[in-house]
Amino acid sequence: MSVKKVTVIDYGLGNVFSVCKAFEHLGCKVTLTDNADLLIHSDRIVLPGVGAFKSAMAELQKRNLVEPILTFSKKNKPLLGICLGMQLLLEFSQEFGTHKGLGLIAGKVEPIPRQIFQGNHRKIPHIGWNDLIVPEGGSWEGTILEGIPEKTSVYFVHSFNVVPKNPLYRLADATYEGYLISAAIRKDLLYGCQFHPEKSSVVGLKILENFLRV
Amino acid sequence: MRNLRLIARLDIKGPNLIKGIHLEGLRILGNPQVFAKKYYDAGADEIIYMDSVASLYGRDNLIEIVRKTSQQVFIPMTVGGGIRSVENVTELLQVGADKVAVNTAAVKNPILLRDIAERFGSQCLVASIEAKQTGKNAWEAYTDNGREPSGLDAVKWAQQTQSLGAGEILLTSIDQEGTKKGFDVELLKAVSSKVSIPVIACGGMGNISHLVTVVTRGGADAVAFASVLHYNLLSFSDIRKAALNSGIKVRQCQ
Repeated sequence: MSVKKVTVIDYGLGNVFSVCKAFEHLGCKVTLTDNADLLIHSDRIVLPGVGAFKSAMAELQKRNLVEPILTFSKKNKPLLGICLGMQLLLEFSQEFGTHKGLGLIAGKVEPIPRQIFQGNHRKIPHIGWNDLIVPEGGSWEGTILEGIPEKTSVYFVHSFNVVPKNPLYRLADATYEGYLISAAIRKDLLYGCQFHPEKSSVVGLKILENFLRV
Repeated sequence: MRNLRLIARLDIKGPNLIKGIHLEGLRILGNPQVFAKKYYDAGADEIIYMDSVASLYGRDNLIEIVRKTSQQVFIPMTVGGGIRSVENVTELLQVGADKVAVNTAAVKNPILLRDIAERFGSQCLVASIEAKQTGKNAWEAYTDNGREPSGLDAVKWAQQTQSLGAGEILLTSIDQEGTKKGFDVELLKAVSSKVSIPVIACGGMGNISHLVTVVTRGGADAVAFASVLHYNLLSFSDIRKAALNSGIKVRQCQ
């Protein structure tokens, strides 16, 4: 069996180390790079990210990585955005103003509202383990969530939530104190996880392993 | 209701895992990575590493421990102790930490919290507050691993850390820490009712009823414990089962 290869985009933001270690743990060859050429010719790409939307886009632009990511995704090869990396796939974010994203998936990123739910303030960020739910009419077969039982808990930490225009792009949902979270999205081989598979224990590793197979 | 997070806290001194009482009288227990891996396998939701000495000299040890742990432990890892600058945070995140816990440097220079939150996001920033009771419903925040009084009211300081950008509060009761006699529930209640960010209860866990009380009465969003794990008094599966039996939601482990 040939060794699976994955390219992790290094743009100076986020917990890149953990993502790389998780893939290495799965026996994968990981290339961490900000080289556009390497990126375009990769088998599969992971766009990690922790932090603010605006500065993440600025860092991608500074490194001239926006065009290469768009070029790569047109080749119908697998791309996985994690957390902020998933949010960047959308058209724009309303995180402290309105900021343009990569626009690979129609829709927006909005703040999780701070409202009262069942007598308590909904705490922001949404931190912790929450259950994955199959959206109505959806299926995880043949996707990165194949073989994951519904209501499996994964680790989230975020204050903003993705809202794809087309509900068919919702791969998995979660509810956080009465608010619907896009836990994972999918458009063909373009994937996004709001949660951190690299921090979701055995289940998360299984999801990453699935990504190596799609 | 959210799933209550069950967190293993590992205090570090140099290359070793240690444990004390009231954050003092530290005893060496072994290799921190080995314990972290054990707790990960047993179903911990998160790990907290706290460098108790955090001297400039000891930082290489801490960074090495975090680096090695993140190669085999795939759950969130918070690292605290001796963080004085944005550069210190970068260093830790680069070797696999997900969040940093800041206490002493933030008390001396509160703007550090804002700088860290702006650079890395609030989700990355845990305000570590070590509190000692000074009277009825009054607590003072301490720095330097429980050694130095700060003069700050712990509850007010907690609110201030939130407005400066902290995403969570790790609230350790110095009075209860290491005693296994139960959490300072009043302290938890005082802080959790005044902030809208998650509060991690720490210090005093000795049995399951302590956990239940601090969650139901104290409003804790997460519970961190050390002694009961290190001395094999409770396991994660015991805690999970008991929590569920008491109507507290926790993650279902496979």
